[in-house]
Amino acid sequence: MDFTYDSEQNDLREAVAGLLGRAYPDSEQRRRVTATDPGFDEKTWARLAEMGVLGLPFAEEDGGMGAGPIEVGIVAEEMGRVLAPEPFVEAVVLAGGLVAAVGTAEQRAAVLGPLSEGASVLALAHAEPTTRWSTSAAGVTATQDGGTWRLTGVKEPVPGGARADVLVVSAVTDGGTALFLVRGDAEGLTRTGYRTHDGGRAANVTLDSTPAELLGEGTADRSADVERAQALARIAYSAEAVGAMDTALKTTAEYLKTRKQFGVTLNRFQALTFRAADMYVSLELARSTALWAGMVADSGGDVVAAAVRARLQTSRAGRHIGKEAIQLHGGIGVTAEYSVGHYTSRLTAIDHLLGDGDWAADRLATTVDSYPTVDPLGAPYTG
Amino acid sequence: MRLQLSPEMEAFRDEMRTFFTTQVPQEIRDQIAAHRHLTREQYVQAQQVLNAAGLAVPHWPVEWGGKDWTPLQRHIWREEMQLASVPEPLAFNASMIGPVIAAFGNQEQKERFLPKTANLDIWWCQGFSEPDAGSDLASLRTTAVRDGDDWVVNGQKTWTTLGQYADWIFCLVRTDPTAEKKQRGISMLVFPMDTPGVTLRPIQLIDGGHEVNEVFFEDVRVPAENLIGEENRGWDYAKFLLGNERVGIARVGATKKLISQAKTHAREVVVGGRPLSEDPRLTARIAELENELLALELTALRVVANSADGKPHPASSVLKLRGSELQQAATELLVDIAGPLSVASFADGGSQVPDWARVATPQYLNYRKVSIYGGSNEVQRTIIAGTILGL
Repeated sequence: MDFTYDSEQNDLREAVAGLLGRAYPDSEQRRRVTATDPGFDEKTWARLAEMGVLGLPFAEEDGGMGAGPIEVGIVAEEMGRVLAPEPFVEAVVLAGGLVAAVGTAEQRAAVLGPLSEGASVLALAHAEPTTRWSTSAAGVTATQDGGTWRLTGVKEPVPGGARADVLVVSAVTDGGTALFLVRGDAEGLTRTGYRTHDGGRAANVTLDSTPAELLGEGTADRSADVERAQALARIAYSAEAVGAMDTALKTTAEYLKTRKQFGVTLNRFQALTFRAADMYVSLELARSTALWAGMVADSGGDVVAAAVRARLQTSRAGRHIGKEAIQLHGGIGVTAEYSVGHYTSRLTAIDHLLGDGDWAADRLATTVDSYPTVDPLGAPYTG
Repeated sequence: MRLQLSPEMEAFRDEMRTFFTTQVPQEIRDQIAAHRHLTREQYVQAQQVLNAAGLAVPHWPVEWGGKDWTPLQRHIWREEMQLASVPEPLAFNASMIGPVIAAFGNQEQKERFLPKTANLDIWWCQGFSEPDAGSDLASLRTTAVRDGDDWVVNGQKTWTTLGQYADWIFCLVRTDPTAEKKQRGISMLVFPMDTPGVTLRPIQLIDGGHEVNEVFFEDVRVPAENLIGEENRGWDYAKFLLGNERVGIARVGATKKLISQAKTHAREVVVGGRPLSEDPRLTARIAELENELLALELTALRVVANSADGKPHPASSVLKLRGSELQQAATELLVDIAGPLSVASFADGGSQVPDWARVATPQYLNYRKVSIYGGSNEVQRTIIAGTILGL
């Protein structure tokens, strides 16, 4: 058991932090970037590609870097620290992760290579208006027409769905849930993009007999693959949330030291400093859990189970820290000109994209009676 | 980054587990598992079993019986001990005065006290808090005045845990009332509890038990050689001691044990034909508690891995704060599972209320102490806000 990063991992963090720190030196720059479509900076995306970040988790023969969940967590945490709007988790970890897990060698090379090079942006079109956090498709169906698969139905909300060059779409077939690749310019594809509250973008994706390429071979049910990809994305989001919470707390502590009321700085009021101390407790417990979940994924343990635990902890911590960061600032915390409210907004989005705290608690509740104690260094978490 | 224990640590964990579950008398472990108080003899017996195997004071210097263990080994040792319901070595001996004497005592004091302290041949109690010096410990007023070869001690201590069993007391006393800072005029004295002028008065607690005491000193004569370290440096030793106290105070293993007992009892309590263990509100509550405990355990592992040169990591305040809250939450869970049965605390023969339900509420009430002792949780928040956040 070892909780320390090796020198390569530290170098990666330093490089990513340097790149993102130059791209987003302040929250004003982020506001400018998110004000116009596609909601992130294409140049920064290209620089991340040059650094190898966009191919980080993929095998080298697929055009990637062959790194693992620990490295993904490092990048996600640094993205969260400055609230970088580039869709790293969405495009690389989630959509790219599914292609890596399910795609044929040919598909992996064709899709992951350009993704890693920054030439093609991916999005996963899986969520539907009438389901939540499901591992399977329900409202989009796939039928075979001659040799061509065609998809019909609605996906929404699809993060980054309007900008994506390639969509990974889940759909119902006779065998269950299958996954497909849909080109952005495919016929019968209508994408209506919009801003999300956290500065990002999402879309309504309507498919009408849209031609699609089956991802992988055969139409056996892919729900387990979807679940695993969601789990890895949950773990990456946990790291992103830790980065965001860390900045939210630092910003709040700095504000308490400088803002004066009643003739003294706010850190003279114990009612406020005690609440900041509680935020620190939440942050450190969430950080430990996020790190651990990454280590579980890295060591081949039960990713799905670990991700649920990380989701619960970061959900509770994200809400606590996000709300308190605003309250301890006062009115300035809810203004768009000031940074801290945007952190709360992003934490709130992360909390709802792939399952919230109650969702995770419910999952855990169904199994608590089947074991006496939780051993983080034992089964099922160590591979 | 690596999750798995190394094969050596796996073997170490197995070794600890085997020792604790086979070498410590079963009736003592049963008593701890049932949340019943031990007798003095049982405490002594358990600690002597550990000490004979070199497992009572592993964190002491090697020459005084310590082991040159890594922080992870100490963590595993403590966790396995708690999971096996083994009573931990008496904190006043093993975690408090022992390390202080080893670090600051003279050679004669080390030889005189340390072996007997490790073996619980001397039972120590703590004379720190006073009626007007709780969290503000440096305000203590018990005085020691030099008179020839003796110190003459007058004053009063309180919250002296298990003082009724103690042979000796280690005491903070004011030796320089004129010192500019109140922390500067304090010294540490040790003396036998049967010294003339020492009076012990039990304090009855809301759980019905007798765990703490008041101790009064009236012209108690203490030989000068019983001063530990230097005169007027007692505050430094107290801080050193309280830092040690905070390590391991998360008590993750003990809380795990409480939660697993709660699960067992939830299966036994049947309401409307269904076991309580099927109640979704209860299982969700257990799930949340277990996850918080997991996060705490992982944080403890991170902190022990990062504590350099034996100094407590500043984040150890997180362990005390959250650890105490989770211990309390687990005892509260047990009371709620007992439900109306939880009022039968002092039921005797003729009652059908199971033993665990009888002890649930006294334990819950008793555990209110854990967020107060060892530096109250408000003191920990002050440390986090000041030392870590710079507020």
